[in-house]
Amino acid sequence: MPRIVVDVMPKPEILDPQGKAIVGALPRLGFDAFAGVRQGKRFELTVEGEITEAVLEQARNAAETLLSNPVIEDVVNVEVVAD
Amino acid sequence: MSSEFPLIGDFSPAPGAALSGARIGVVTFPGTLDDRDAARAVRLAGAEPVALWHADESLQDVDAVILPGGFSYGDYLRAGAIARFAPMMSKIIDAANSDAKLPVLGICNGFQILTESHLLPGSMIKNDHLKFICRDQVLRVENNATAWTSQYATGQEISIVLKNQDGQYIADEKTLDALEAEGRVAFRYVGWNPNGSRRDIAGISNEAGNVVGLMPHPEHAVEAGYGPDHTGTDGLGIFTSVLTTLVGGTK
Repeated sequence: MPRIVVDVMPKPEILDPQGKAIVGALPRLGFDAFAGVRQGKRFELTVEGEITEAVLEQARNAAETLLSNPVIEDVVNVEVVAD
Repeated sequence: MSSEFPLIGDFSPAPGAALSGARIGVVTFPGTLDDRDAARAVRLAGAEPVALWHADESLQDVDAVILPGGFSYGDYLRAGAIARFAPMMSKIIDAANSDAKLPVLGICNGFQILTESHLLPGSMIKNDHLKFICRDQVLRVENNATAWTSQYATGQEISIVLKNQDGQYIADEKTLDALEAEGRVAFRYVGWNPNGSRRDIAGISNEAGNVVGLMPHPEHAVEAGYGPDHTGTDGLGIFTSVLTTLVGGTK
């Protein structure tokens, strides 16, 4: 079934404690090339039937209303993923 | 006082007769933990707690509402994010914004629901040290002009329980400056900052002062023998404050 992917990231100015914990763990495993990590969220919205512009618009609205909180997060991507 | 709620020690708030008629709603969402404690605090303060179910749409003509702590919907998505769209919340948001200015208190997860509802500005993210924390916490009452803080003196320090995981209060600098300038910081952490909250903020109010949210738990410090240091009843003032507000106000 076709899906719409919504990616949400913490705003750049918001400290991301989870990302900070991950960046601390990476070098302990020998991954020493990374200066920073920020952890976001990926939502996959499954659609029955065709993804029309109206459906996509609904996904954008849902992304701004429920899937993200504009005080702390940005919706960075809303796109259709073909199977 | 109901024998169902025996007091330990000789403390009694001895509410006046005029206060005892107040009905205060306590909302239960799936995953709420502290609704019983909040209802108990209401009763100890001298009012009648009214259980409100998140999926219902009737406020049952209550005089004020408490959104208690817990992990509504398991904190899925974001703390308070899903509870915010419960049918009961729509009613509460309308009543809080109406001319009647229904007093609304959000404790911990309730505070998170209030920010997700945009009744209060800012948001809560994970504690800066990433750990759940549970301890006695000293707060300073910064504003006693809200519906829920009138029984305290401004500058008074109170000791109540703090227990949370997503307790770091954040907002942009402009919002923080406005909160400070308008005296809407209701409570501030004293001694240390337990979660990285901006400007040590533990609780805030809306512009009208009828909506207050705070991270620590006043409902766990209402009875001698069980509060911080086994004696503290500093939380009770929150609940007696709203009764005073209701008596003085015109509902």
